[in-house]
Amino acid sequence: MADKVLMKGNEAIAEAAIIAGCRHYFGYPITPQTEIAAYMAKRMPKIGGCFLQAESEIAAINMVYGVASTGLRVMTSSSSPGISLKGEGLSYLAGADLPSLVVNVQRGGPGLGGIQPSQSDYFQATKAGGHGDFRMLVLAPASVQEMADLTIKGFELADKYRMTSMILADGTMGQMMEPVALDYDVKPMPEKPWATTGTKMEREHNIVNSLFLQPDALEKSNLERYERYKYIEENEVMYEEYMMDDAEICVAAFGIASRVAKNAIVEARKQGIKVGMIRPITLWPFPTKVFEKAAEKAHTFISVELSMGQMLEDVKLATKCKGEYILCSRVGGMIPSPEEVLAAIEKANGGAK
Amino acid sequence: MVVFEKPHALTDVPLHYCPGCTHGIVHRLVAEVIDELGIEGKTIGIAPVGCSVMAYNYFNCDMIEAAHGRAPAVATGVKRANPENIVFTYQGDGDLASIGMAETVHSAARNENITIIFINNAIYGMTGGQMAPTSLPGQITQTSPYGRDTDHCGFPIKVCEMLSQVDGAQYLERVAVNNVKNVKNAKKAIKKAFQNQVEGKGFSLIEVISTCPTNWGLTPQKALQWVDEKMIPYYPLGVYKDNTAEKEAE
Amino acid sequence: MAKLTFKTDKCKGCGLCVDVCPKKVLTLATDKINAKGHHPVQAVNMDDCIACAFCATMCPDCIITVER
Repeated sequence: MADKVLMKGNEAIAEAAIIAGCRHYFGYPITPQTEIAAYMAKRMPKIGGCFLQAESEIAAINMVYGVASTGLRVMTSSSSPGISLKGEGLSYLAGADLPSLVVNVQRGGPGLGGIQPSQSDYFQATKAGGHGDFRMLVLAPASVQEMADLTIKGFELADKYRMTSMILADGTMGQMMEPVALDYDVKPMPEKPWATTGTKMEREHNIVNSLFLQPDALEKSNLERYERYKYIEENEVMYEEYMMDDAEICVAAFGIASRVAKNAIVEARKQGIKVGMIRPITLWPFPTKVFEKAAEKAHTFISVELSMGQMLEDVKLATKCKGEYILCSRVGGMIPSPEEVLAAIEKANGGAK
Repeated sequence: MVVFEKPHALTDVPLHYCPGCTHGIVHRLVAEVIDELGIEGKTIGIAPVGCSVMAYNYFNCDMIEAAHGRAPAVATGVKRANPENIVFTYQGDGDLASIGMAETVHSAARNENITIIFINNAIYGMTGGQMAPTSLPGQITQTSPYGRDTDHCGFPIKVCEMLSQVDGAQYLERVAVNNVKNVKNAKKAIKKAFQNQVEGKGFSLIEVISTCPTNWGLTPQKALQWVDEKMIPYYPLGVYKDNTAEKEAE
Repeated sequence: MAKLTFKTDKCKGCGLCVDVCPKKVLTLATDKINAKGHHPVQAVNMDDCIACAFCATMCPDCIITVER
């Protein structure tokens, strides 16, 4: 067991990325994730890495595209408005099947929104990262330890499946300090024969590209990509079940919302209410089967989120709209209190106060 | 004895450009320079969005296709990842001087040790001849059908002149490829731009005044004349900045 | 003795080589159509060719090999 150190969530992501072998970071300042850039700016020059402050989020994601083309581990981080700007690059990364790690420490929106925590980029991360048919692996940490763990995991999955891993955190997770153990046995990177590192006159030239002017060729590339996605949906789902064994009420929550919900569940259990929680750790692939199974016992699903019910749609889809559904949400940088969640649980239990 | 043949760095794939389009000449010059410097095995080219979007098919070195205007950012990533690689971008005027202006200026400001080949033919070719950031005042295009009205949509951007004020830029030259003499000069400039990178001298950009016979509505021959009569007077040829001599003295 | 070789199938018949030739060695073969549908370049009086390679220098499609 390694010694634990007290770290901010944002710093834990940065240090874990370095442990994962990432030596290239590109970013543009935006609250509330700037600690990642600041940490990288300090650390990278000391370890032979490259921290570069780009002229925009657009430039940063395209620098990521450049490094990813060479096969090295690379990352960028931003917060909601900046991720919108990166949408173009995310689509190109997907189209060219390049691995990368992108961190979104979400803040309230839309527009410039605010700088307080939010989970309202759920749709963007899980369904519409940019134009075209593509997916990202979306990882949702709920502790500083998980900020680090999922960063390591994110790099490994990105390389394994040649796609972008997105850490979908929020302002609270980024700013929160907790003890964290950083002992990892990082898997070696897979061979990347497709990387553009120069032919050395020993092979045909490699081309990193997302352009397919022939529609049948473009369709084929999409279908191949979705075969991979199907495999991921069957093999890479991560979630936590909390008191779900006998749960008749199922709370769905991820990230900071899941921590609030846990407190409420503990209180509700004291009242004898059979409530549990499913916490998706991968938002894509979504733990669909886990919710489907929960619906065999649970009559009501409560989605606790910092958005206007974006995840609730996936819960409804997973449970085929068979149950009762309650949205317990605060938005704009507000966080639901344990009392608000408890009230929702009590309502679901048929005894609204 | 072979006096002239296709350079090795150019593939055998037939170019998709319109008849008489001088993109092909510039492709060949870049390939000749790659051959002469013996750098094909370590060169990475970045293709833009625009007519030369499929440049990745035409060079035998490793190639990357970038998003519109983002080639200098992609090149920055590649070069920072592997500084021993020779990295060049090949970009048109819409790509480099309109949508990608920030990436262009900032890669110059950072003095990225890369080579940019900038094709200025004063029009968006691929999309069918719209007004470019470098379209001349009065120039008729699909989106300036009454001629570019500078009161309404502003003036052309002179990239070499502008970048000459950016401290990070090390070598800036404007050339043309509308006659044999100009082609030979263009080759020299492109070679210097690559040589600079090999020697670690930093950011080099060669602006090549090129043609678009199809969208200019001219024959290939008349298009070459139009370069002499209209383009070069507005975009004078020459070296706009050369810090590389100083670097040698250091 | 100069020798010109053309990859005729790739010729787009733009005629830039024809115009630049100082010895008027080249013409477009108006009686022929290549696979691309163009009248390709042809050498009509090779005896005058001085292998200056101006034609190849201006050829956008790199279809000319010049030997001496």
